[in-house]
Amino acid sequence: MATGTFAESGADLELVGIHKRFPGFTAIEELNLIVPAGSFFALLGPSGCGKTTTLRLVAGLEAPTAGRILLGGKDVTNQKSFQRPVNTVFQSYALFPHMTVLENVAFGLRRRKMADPVEKAHEVLRLVELDHLASRRPQQLSGGQQQRVALARAIVNRPALLLLDEPLGALDLKLRRQMQLELKTIQEDVGLTFLHVTHDQEEAMTMADTIAVMNKGRIEQMGAPQELYELPRTSFVANFLGQSNLFTGPVVGTTSAGISVDVAGQKITVPVDRAHRTTGDITIGVRPEKLTLHRSKPSHDPRANVMGPGRVIDVSFSGVSTQYLVEVPGVGKLIVFAQNMTFGSEIREGDEVWLSWAIDHGFGLEDDPANAPRFSPDLDTRTIAAQHLLEEA
Amino acid sequence: MALAALSTSTAQAPADTSRKSSPVALFLLLPGILYLVLFFLTPLVSLLLTSFKAPTEFGDFGQFSYAFRWENYADVIATYWPHIIRSFGYALAATFFALIISYPLAYFIGVKARRWPLLQSLALVMVIAPFFISFLLRTLAWKQIFSDESFLVTSLKAMSLLAPDAHVTGTAFSVIFGLTYNFIPFMTLPLYTTLERLDVRYLEAGSDLYASPFHVFRKVTIPLSMPGIVAGTLLTFIPAAGDYINASREFLGGTGTQMIGNVIEANFLVLQNFPAGAALSIILMSVILVFVSIYVKKSGTEELL
Amino acid sequence: MKHSIGKWVLPAYSALALLILMIPIGYTFVYSFNDSLKSNIVWRGFTFDKWLNVCNVQNGAVCEAFGNSIFIAVVSTVAATTLGTMIAIAMVRYRFKFRSQLSLFLFLPMATPEVVLGAGLAAQFLSIGVPKDMTTIILAHTMFSISFVVVAVKARVATLDPALEEAGRDLYGSALQVFLRITFPLLLPGILAAALLSFALSFDDFIITNFNSGNVTTFPKYIWVSAARGIPAEANVIASAVFILALIIVVSVQVSGAARAKRLAKMN
Repeated sequence: MATGTFAESGADLELVGIHKRFPGFTAIEELNLIVPAGSFFALLGPSGCGKTTTLRLVAGLEAPTAGRILLGGKDVTNQKSFQRPVNTVFQSYALFPHMTVLENVAFGLRRRKMADPVEKAHEVLRLVELDHLASRRPQQLSGGQQQRVALARAIVNRPALLLLDEPLGALDLKLRRQMQLELKTIQEDVGLTFLHVTHDQEEAMTMADTIAVMNKGRIEQMGAPQELYELPRTSFVANFLGQSNLFTGPVVGTTSAGISVDVAGQKITVPVDRAHRTTGDITIGVRPEKLTLHRSKPSHDPRANVMGPGRVIDVSFSGVSTQYLVEVPGVGKLIVFAQNMTFGSEIREGDEVWLSWAIDHGFGLEDDPANAPRFSPDLDTRTIAAQHLLEEA
Repeated sequence: MALAALSTSTAQAPADTSRKSSPVALFLLLPGILYLVLFFLTPLVSLLLTSFKAPTEFGDFGQFSYAFRWENYADVIATYWPHIIRSFGYALAATFFALIISYPLAYFIGVKARRWPLLQSLALVMVIAPFFISFLLRTLAWKQIFSDESFLVTSLKAMSLLAPDAHVTGTAFSVIFGLTYNFIPFMTLPLYTTLERLDVRYLEAGSDLYASPFHVFRKVTIPLSMPGIVAGTLLTFIPAAGDYINASREFLGGTGTQMIGNVIEANFLVLQNFPAGAALSIILMSVILVFVSIYVKKSGTEELL
Repeated sequence: MKHSIGKWVLPAYSALALLILMIPIGYTFVYSFNDSLKSNIVWRGFTFDKWLNVCNVQNGAVCEAFGNSIFIAVVSTVAATTLGTMIAIAMVRYRFKFRSQLSLFLFLPMATPEVVLGAGLAAQFLSIGVPKDMTTIILAHTMFSISFVVVAVKARVATLDPALEEAGRDLYGSALQVFLRITFPLLLPGILAAALLSFALSFDDFIITNFNSGNVTTFPKYIWVSAARGIPAEANVIASAVFILALIIVVSVQVSGAARAKRLAKMN
């Protein structure tokens, strides 16, 4: 039992061969995961991907069908929720409505019979800057304040591992940004291991050291945010984490520097070390902000790919950047984000354009192109709806 | 009040499918269920068994033995058919009057009075206030008010609105009046709980779409308050059909207004003809069950149960 | 012009309906001050006597009946509230086989006319030879109250976020601690409402009691028995006192609820 002592530091979390089946469906299939001590780890995925189930397994609120959960090297699979040195910040905060803020925060300390629960509760409330509201009831606080109380109530116990279940989902955009920064600061201050579950890719990228992208009960890819973004391994990651332009074609040549793929008659090169498959039909991609638009065909550059001509079919201005939609015959629609370095948009709807990008920015996916969905940028509601239908099917 | 909660008990359990049956659930359920089996279900069974009993040979008055004397049913129907028909007739009438009296009241409290929470609370307390005074005393109060020497009746006679030799108590009118009065709170509360949650924007949408106030009421308000109507009518009809206080001679009834409850009571407690009382109870219960299941199916509110 | 009259039809109607609902209450209350002799039918003048000497009439028969009613109501309320609350928690929080059948079974006692419930129990006590007394009344009242308690508490359990109990377990509370410190306090308003209802049902029940009471007299049974030869004004005193007490409880619950809602509204 972990009662009676505070965790000295964050602990490693290790999930080994976890399966979780509910009557009628499988939530998690063969999950293996290591969360290093002291890290801020995010489980990112769409709803129903198994991320919340994973969190509940770690918290001890569900039991795995198979597999083991290790915390700091110790097997906790059969420990009850209240015996684990793990605390959770719930999605709905789950603050006890019949207790004051202070009683809420002191609850866990009292259950573990820690010394000076009230003093420690005040201390952590000062950390989240809510000590002046200690005698209020949770219902009397705003959403952001409730979120901070929920966080305080969890971290006051100094758990070896703190679980965050989409705790920012209920907040409005501005408050969410602010809370993201605060959470990150607190994590660095107290040095705990954070396991954060979210479907918000931006939230995961700004806060986490490591992100695991989950889909259909499995981890698709795991790594540092930048790594996942720059070098996605599957089309799911390429499109769930930001947007991507993806093309599929057969490999037509391989040199020491790159492999060339024939995309509807246009030769596109990807560096060998950035491609997960090197033969047969492969899917390659590039991020929209890496593309440059040209009014005329750019002169040949061995370090760049060129695609075109295409026609601009949509231009939408969003302040910081402008998003162009370019239709290239035989290839499909491509998205381009361009920084608004000049006033107004020089390129208009209907213009003929060429696209180019540095070869180093391309990536090749691991998916078998036969199974992977063909590239379709999620631009209009109809395609998004269709994708949802596909996912549900 | 839980009576009101009856119409709102369709609240869905949280989608917490993971918690399956466990020893804890069994521990929680078993004592209560066992209690109801012992003191609700087996009594119904012994009622059924009693209804077929035959008088013990050479036995004393009021002694019966187990048998299968189905003629008990034929006998009680032959003897008491007017009481049976009267019971359901009175109960239907009382339910009908309670509904048409309660609906506007519940609509006023639940919809119109929303802007004045204090008025709403006050009216609600007034609706449930009759619960707090003894059922028997409030029924007796009406008996005094309707008695031949009362101010009300003598005035009505003086104004020639009532024949000089007419009585109010002991008539079908006074029994139905008593039943209606006593069960109005049971009707009003479920109606109130559904109407209170009625989103007035639906009504505005209705009139926006060119429906007259009457049409809005018939096509929008009534269907949306159907759960309350069903709960209220059941809560009124069932106890009214089995009631024997209002129809009793000492209260609002007379010899010609006896209901099935009165004859069950008489057979059990006075005549000691237990099989006859039991057979009548089974008849009452069966008719109500058939009536309720048809009614609930017809109104499409099965989920209420 | 026509419109402005129409606006007043519904409020006026409602006021009239509520007024009529109040008539027997007012009548009972007023006649508790009647300087009556044996029966309390004709108004004979105002007096406080009956209020001050409630128990003096008929060797305290009214008070004895009242005491019996209170005792029966307290015991059956405790029993029914405990059993019903346990069922309600299980019904909402656990999935098990025959759950929908069980919920129909729990509904049946409410759909059964009281006269059938009473007669059934009487038939059962008769066939197993149990003499009817205080115990049989308590057994009967507990039975019909359970279903009402289940309905009232179930509504409350359904609104309770399961995450609150999970948070309790997550914060090192054992199953018992979570129940005592989180589940129970949060269900308490629903449980209290159910207990009040159960008490009221038991206290005012006559039909079932009449079948199972033997020689024991409860307050409603006292009125029933006395109805033929005249009910003393003391009965009105007791009924009025109970009415006032119940009214105070309900109003204070409403007022404190409204005050809390107002306070919350001000905060946000």
